[in-house]
This record gives sequence, C-alpha cells and structure tokens, in this order.
Amino acid sequence: MIAQLAFYAFAAILLVSAGMVVSARNPVHSVLYLVLAFFNAAALFLLAGAEFLAMILVIVYVGAVAVLFLFVVMMLDINFAQLREGFQRYLPIGATIGVILLVELGIVLGGWSLAPQSAGLRAVPIDPNVTNTVQIGRVLYTDYILLFQASGLVLLVAMIGAIVLTLRDRTSSRHQSIAAQLARTPADTMELLDVPSGVGTKGIGFLRPKVKEPAKVAQDNHGHIGHDNHGGHH
Amino acid sequence: MVEFFTTNPFGILILTVVKALLILGPLLVAVAMMTLAERKIMAAIQLRRGPNVVGPFGLLQPFADAIKMLMKETIIPTGANRTLFLMAPMLTFALAMIAWAVIPVNDGWAIADINVGILYLFAVSSLGVYGIIIAGWASNSKYPFLGALRSAAQMVSYEVSMGFVIVTVLLCVGSMNLNAIVKAQETIWFVIPLFPMAVIFFISTLAETNRSPFDLPEGESEIVAGFFVEYSSMSFALFFLGEYANMFLMAAMTTILFLGGWLAPFGIEPFTWIPGPIWFILKICAVMFVFVWVRATFPRYRYDQLMRLGWKVFLPFSLFYLVLVAGVLLAFGWLPTAA
Repeated sequence: MIAQLAFYAFAAILLVSAGMVVSARNPVHSVLYLVLAFFNAAALFLLAGAEFLAMILVIVYVGAVAVLFLFVVMMLDINFAQLREGFQRYLPIGATIGVILLVELGIVLGGWSLAPQSAGLRAVPIDPNVTNTVQIGRVLYTDYILLFQASGLVLLVAMIGAIVLTLRDRTSSRHQSIAAQLARTPADTMELLDVPSGVGTKGIGFLRPKVKEPAKVAQDNHGHIGHDNHGGHH
Repeated sequence: MVEFFTTNPFGILILTVVKALLILGPLLVAVAMMTLAERKIMAAIQLRRGPNVVGPFGLLQPFADAIKMLMKETIIPTGANRTLFLMAPMLTFALAMIAWAVIPVNDGWAIADINVGILYLFAVSSLGVYGIIIAGWASNSKYPFLGALRSAAQMVSYEVSMGFVIVTVLLCVGSMNLNAIVKAQETIWFVIPLFPMAVIFFISTLAETNRSPFDLPEGESEIVAGFFVEYSSMSFALFFLGEYANMFLMAAMTTILFLGGWLAPFGIEPFTWIPGPIWFILKICAVMFVFVWVRATFPRYRYDQLMRLGWKVFLPFSLFYLVLVAGVLLAFGWLPTAA
C-alpha cells in the first residue's frame, strides 16, 4: 500500500515537472524542473528495485549533464518574447513527434496486454540472490558486449567532434608551460657577479634575465600591437 | 515492544527518525566545534592564540557565533529570485545531512545499509553543486554568479577523477556496500596499496568541498565572497553549516574508502580494546585536521591551474592506475568474486 502511494506520488510529480520543463517561462526554471523530473524517475527506479540504475541516473544526469545545462542556460542572454515567436511555426512538427511517440507507446502497451507472457520470454531471468548491479554486469559484458562497445565508440566520436569544433591552438596567447618552468635551472636565469664596491652598476650594466629565444623576439618586433600569428598575410 | 519497532511500519518510522537524530545531533555539535577547532589550529600554525574569550579556552565561541547569526536581519536583495534564493542554503544543508544515512559508524551501524551505498554517497556529493549554482544565480548579482560558475566547472571536473578512484576501490572490494568496503580492509587498509589514489581522492575532496587551496568559488580577494555575497544571518549560517557538514562527510568517505572505517589499526591487541565508533571518529578527526592544515599552509590555486590539475594530471593518472590495479588483480587472481 505504501509502495503504491509512493509510486503515484513520484509519478504525479514526475509528470507535472516534465510539463513544467516545457511550459516554464524562465529557462533556468525549466532546467531545475528537469532536475526534479530526473529525481522522480530515479525514485521510480528505486521502487522497481533497480537501485543501481537509480543512482547512475542521479550521478550522470543530475550531477553532470543537468549541471552543464544549467551552466549554459544561465549564461545565455535570452529574449523570452522572441523565444515564443516560433511557437506557432514549430507546433506541427512537435505535435507530429508527440503523436508518433504516443502511438509507439500504445503499441508497446498493446503488446503487453495482448500477450502478457511475451515480455517475460525476452527478459533475462532475475535471480533474487544476486544484487542487480552484478546482474546488469553479467548481461552487459557478455551478451551485449558488442552493443556496449559500439555505444562507447559513438560517445568517443561525439567527444572528438566537440574537441575539433572548439580547439583553437592560439600560439599568440600567453599559456603557462609548466614543463618549461620546472625545467628552468638557476644557471638559465641568473648570474653571480663580483661587483666592485663604490661603482654600483656602472661597470657591469644592469642585470637582465637571459633571453632564451632571441629570434622570436626580433620577429615579433613589428610594432603591431595584438598582432596575431594566424593572420597569414605577411 | 521490540516487535513494534521492527515490524510495524510506524514503529520502523519512529525508530528511523530516532536513529537519524542520533546521527545528526552529534554531527551538528561536531560542526560547531569544528569551526572553533579550525580557528584554534590555524591560530597555532600562525603563532596566534585564536578565540579564547567566550567560555573556557573559547569553547563557547561557536554558540556565541550562532546566537549572533540568529539575531541578524535576513536580507533578500530586490532583484533576487526569492524562492530559489531561500531554497539554495536549505538545499546545501539538507544534502549535507541526508548523505549520513548510509555511513556505517560500526559493523552494521548504518541507518540504511544499502547495496549501492558508495554510489549513493557519490550522487549526494555531486548534488552539492546545485545549492551553490542556485544561490549564485538567484542572487542576481555579479560576484555570486561568477562564484557559481567557477564552482560548477570545478566540481564537475573533480568528480570525474573521484569516480575513477571509487571504481578502483570497488575493484578491490567487489561490492558497493559501504559495510563490505570496510570489511575488505581487515587485512590491509586500502591507503597502503592504493596510496596514490588516496592522495588524489583527498585532493579531489578539497575541490569538491570548495576548500582552500581550491576555494575559488569564494575567492574573497577577487570576487568578495563568491556565491554567498548576498546572504546574511540564518541563510548564511545554513551555507556555513552545510559546508562544514560536507567536509565531515568527505572525511568519512576518505575514512571508509581508505582508512579502514571503524577497524582498529593492524587489528592487534591494545588497539582493538578501543571500540569501533571511537576509531571511526578519531580517523575523521585526523582527516579534518589535514583539511585545516592544508588551508593554513597552501596558497590558492589560479583557476587555469586548477583545471589543468583536474583534467590533465588527475584524470589520466587515475585512469592509468585503475587499469594497473585491474591488471594486477587479474594477473594474480585476486579479483574478488561477486556475490
């Protein structure tokens, strides 16, 4: 009885917050409702006895993905009125996708009600003596190893794509090279001189840091302030 | 009578609430005392006296501070998003408290002895960033927002290497139950075979709790006080309490993962006379001391250096060590068999 009450409470909050994700006026509120929806989905997993999936959902989606969503959405300068303008135009597309999803869900549900035993035939039998983490591992790394590897490759490609799109090797900016700093020795940077007393720096000149790459300094000396090496129009 | 508390749903509820209070009461007192201990230890390191006026040895100083906080006016900026502004400190505080539900203080002494205990802790600690982001955004002001952005990027970055450290420990244990993790260390504490990972984990916990030298989200010399610039009185106090409770939580996690939880050192005679919970508390105190020690001795990292350490040093190294540990366990046939 308590489990049923909890299920209906979590499911109701999940649906309401999912609706609020779409309808909230402020995009930051939308993301926070999304977080609430994730939480309730995790709670439903828990009620179904899938504690591993519940925790992974919270760690991955709430702890990392939604944080980055929030990060981006908070920094966007969004004109809310402008955002609403396209609503009429995109409504048919959104409605079509929604209807397709609904029909698909109906087909799944229909399959269940027509042949209740069919799901049991496909599902891996559950051994009550084994924790579900171990069970997932046993299935995932044996029967579905190729699919698992393939999904890893898809993620790898996505990651490489993101890096290619954003990486700009700006040689003109002043990056700190920690290796170069650690490789410095006292001999590279300082010089001990015997200074005769009463003469000051007159006899020996000022002490200046030794310049390592004199060629580069000379090349940059065109008088262009903020000159970028990427220009390519020398 | 005993039956009522173990079978009747209301009995179980009452028992759980009592257990929770038994954990949270001492925890809050410990947090209060920690603020004093931190000031005293930092004072000793910097050759000062520290608070010594209120009560004997300044022992009542935290309570004086609490009363001061209660008396102050709660200020909500006009531009702030009221609901979220007030929700953020409560969220931080509540998250720091709920994590303690799974911490085993002694063999089987956890309120909830769940199968995925370590994942639960990891999940709760990764949620801590929401309190900070929401506070920074809801304040509707520049410095809190900068602090929130810094904190979000920092906590997400260091979670990755923390995750790898946890996976390494799990490989050696073969279970995600916190009780089982401690019991697996009966022969040897994991801090010895996995020493580099213990160091990475500790440094990552410093970053997770926004402690010095990674306290850039607060960064009082650059962004005033970061995400809690606009907070005052009790809402500030809740942040403060939540942050210290989080430090205790991270210390408890370090203790469970690497320092053998409630187990006595070496498991030999004079040490085993002292009961487990005392050992657990002593170990947490030792880790907390290191937290303060680090704060008093290290300068703050620059932000690009912090990111470099997380992504270019810790992440590759923890990945390498994970593969190494897995290889060693497989080669010598030491892999634990999962139940």
